[in-house]
Amino acid sequence: MSRSAVALVACIVALALVPLFAEKFYVQFFAKIIIMAILAMSLDLLLGYAGLVSFGHAAFYGAAGYALALATPQFQAASFWTSLPLAVAASALLALAIGFFVVRTRGIYFIMVTLAFAQMLFFLFYDTKIAGGNDGIYIDARPVADIAGWRPFSLDDYRHVYWLALAFLAAVYVLLRTVLRSPFGRAIAGIRVNEQRMISLGYATFRYKLACFVLSGAIAGIAGYLAAVQFGVVNPETLGWHLSAAVMMMVILGGMGTLLGPVLGAAAWMLLELGLQGLPDAGGVNLGKHWQLFMGLFIVVATLVLPHGIVGLARSLRRPAERSLDKLGTNDGLGTNDG
Amino acid sequence: MDLHTFLIQLLNGVQYGLLLFLVASGLTLVFGIMGIINVAHGSFYMIGAYLAWSLTARLGSFWIAVPAAIVVAAAVGVLLEWLVIRRLYDRDHLYQVLLTYGLILVFEEMRSLLWGDDVRGVPVPASLGSSIPLTETLSYPVYRLFISGVCLAVALLIVWVIQKTRLGMIIRAGSVDRQMVQALGIDVHALYRVVFAAGITLAAFAGMVSAPVSAIAPGMGNPVLIVCFVIIVIGGMGSVKGAMLASLLIGLVDTFGKVVHVEIGGLHVLPELSSMTVYLLMAVVLLWRPEGIFGRRA
Amino acid sequence: MAERPALATRALTRHFGGLTAVRDVSIECRTGAVHAVIGPNGAGKSTLINMLSGELAPSAGAIEIDGADVTGLPPQRLSRLGVGRSYQKTNVFLPFTAIENCRIAAQARLAGSMRFVRPALANRAVNEAAERALAAAGLETRAQTPVAALSHGEQRQVEIAMVLATSPRVLLLDEPLAGMGAEESARIVALLRRLAPDHAVLLVEHDMDAVFAVAHRLTVMVNGAVLESGSPEAIRASRAVREAYLGVAEPVHG
Repeated sequence: MSRSAVALVACIVALALVPLFAEKFYVQFFAKIIIMAILAMSLDLLLGYAGLVSFGHAAFYGAAGYALALATPQFQAASFWTSLPLAVAASALLALAIGFFVVRTRGIYFIMVTLAFAQMLFFLFYDTKIAGGNDGIYIDARPVADIAGWRPFSLDDYRHVYWLALAFLAAVYVLLRTVLRSPFGRAIAGIRVNEQRMISLGYATFRYKLACFVLSGAIAGIAGYLAAVQFGVVNPETLGWHLSAAVMMMVILGGMGTLLGPVLGAAAWMLLELGLQGLPDAGGVNLGKHWQLFMGLFIVVATLVLPHGIVGLARSLRRPAERSLDKLGTNDGLGTNDG
Repeated sequence: MDLHTFLIQLLNGVQYGLLLFLVASGLTLVFGIMGIINVAHGSFYMIGAYLAWSLTARLGSFWIAVPAAIVVAAAVGVLLEWLVIRRLYDRDHLYQVLLTYGLILVFEEMRSLLWGDDVRGVPVPASLGSSIPLTETLSYPVYRLFISGVCLAVALLIVWVIQKTRLGMIIRAGSVDRQMVQALGIDVHALYRVVFAAGITLAAFAGMVSAPVSAIAPGMGNPVLIVCFVIIVIGGMGSVKGAMLASLLIGLVDTFGKVVHVEIGGLHVLPELSSMTVYLLMAVVLLWRPEGIFGRRA
Repeated sequence: MAERPALATRALTRHFGGLTAVRDVSIECRTGAVHAVIGPNGAGKSTLINMLSGELAPSAGAIEIDGADVTGLPPQRLSRLGVGRSYQKTNVFLPFTAIENCRIAAQARLAGSMRFVRPALANRAVNEAAERALAAAGLETRAQTPVAALSHGEQRQVEIAMVLATSPRVLLLDEPLAGMGAEESARIVALLRRLAPDHAVLLVEHDMDAVFAVAHRLTVMVNGAVLESGSPEAIRASRAVREAYLGVAEPVHG
């Protein structure tokens, strides 16, 4: 195994040890970060690799949560082994339906229509009684993982939820690395760099973009399912654009087009949010209550100052030569320098 | 639906559409001329409404408050452009979206700090407080007609400025070829400052003018922004004509969607799902003309 | 020749509002021959090639490949039918290496691109096609260099290599020699000579030396219409062509 692979495995092992030492609050907080990291990676596939700026990505995250909530019988637990595929399928189908319309558009239109369709879904749940309106609904009983009487893990145990999320983080990472190295991944990269040329070479670019959109939505669904399991409640905010914007910031902050960058970005963002929310009073005003003001200012400053995120910053400190490639908008990080 | 109800809803729909046009035209002009997408545009609608409320309370008269609010809004626009927006000119749309989203958060919280989180209201000015009778039993508020009239007047003003003045000519040229305009020695930075300030002032003005008939509440700018996006997608980015057409269309569809009763296969579709009608409209346009009705083919 | 031409146009026309950019152009390209289209700027050559590659729909007329009507087909379909096009303005994947550019092109034809598991680099057929195309264009020593770091002439070579990597039957080459030095041009001319026997080549070019060195047939376009079409000798001797295109009455040495 290469050096970086060893380093990654070591990180996973270290993270796996956390619940053995840390308090419940921190384990759950870390689980939240891991779930956001999965969501951020799924968006990075669109943003950093396909060049599709989707501003409504939370829709696929929230949809999976709602799918679990709606599939859970009242006062009973659903089966993990059926509800997870169902939730992910729901997100994937939603992505297929929305993608069918939005992938026709480009540039600024794409940003606007992805937001608009996500908001449509938000209003569907907010205004109607399908799933509790703007209060959301509780998942009375968490899914059970029983197979023929044997219970491999219990989702009522916050540590098991943590480990499950960690396992998915690793699995999603491996999945995305594999896909990005495949012929499909190369085609997506080509479409991002020069779509018109891809068309003239014979690629049906619409199909590739749509497939990428669906894959990204499905992975967001995994994150959404895990979040619903952890928090036990879903509400329309999980579909809302505040979450969509937050995930985008995580990806940008970490460094888009790097897969690992968004993981770091998710951690940084959640820590920042936690820190800001805990701000004390000053001048008679509870600063913590108005944490979004500082978050907003942070976003403004960060977008001006850090175009390539944390990873880009680290790279430019180590290898200045790569900066010229970065300017072209892509440094694959996958080794287009083949070997 | 009888004729009278239809008439009232028609007037409501047109009024709503014209109001939306004001906001959408600001957004589309800023993008068409400067290439900047400003998702905080909806926040200015909110700022306009709150300014109208705050200044009416302070100055005692709605008619004095509005011009004062316009001046304040324009000043904020100039300041914002100078501080932040001008750094976005050559950046990817992604960064423009994120940065202006950050501004939404800042504006929301500042509004909370300055004016609190309660729902506010502005009384309809006395001079326009009456209603015009349409039939023996139904009458229509004069103020709503006033809103429609004002929006129409502003729309005509926009068209006049763009088509008939030197500034408008520069604006039209700049939207087609920015570098050429710069090469001709025109101060593009000053132009952009003016355009941006005008754009957000349009949104703020819409907020001011509709304040007496709407709930002035936190987050009131967000739904307006989303509808503006739908308008621009349908009408075509950068097209004032398209914005007008789409605004009226959406104004009418949304208004009528809330009052008609439609059942499909036993399922109550309208008015229950009325908030979704505009998105369905957008979906149809996307299938037919992804760049918008009057949009430029990429 | 009883065989149908690989590529043919019948009265191809294109209007842009009031302007007729291409008017009633009927030309043929046969396998084994290089058909050069020349003419002053604004003659409609770019519009013609854009229609042939499917990027622009004709206002009237027809395009045929091996006798079958393909008018109005989009670029993806035409590409799959064996039409390869190179661009006057270098249209490559700048951040990728030269070999990666060719691989993407070859993948379009050879590999099922909707494959998600096996690494793209493991596909031997694609690798070999890419290497062959790059070598044919003379760039095998620069395979691992990002195209953005190559010289302009080398980028033009990548442009051509990409087209070759798709193994087309019909080659539409839009000013392949634009911006190339003498040595590079000579290399490309030699390449064109090698390609001619197995392909139908439509060449739009301004470099007259190259055109007369390699073309089997010439068509001169002026103001959107065909002025004259024939063998290189006939065109060189034609008075009408000389006056319209070159603006001189005396024969040009070439």
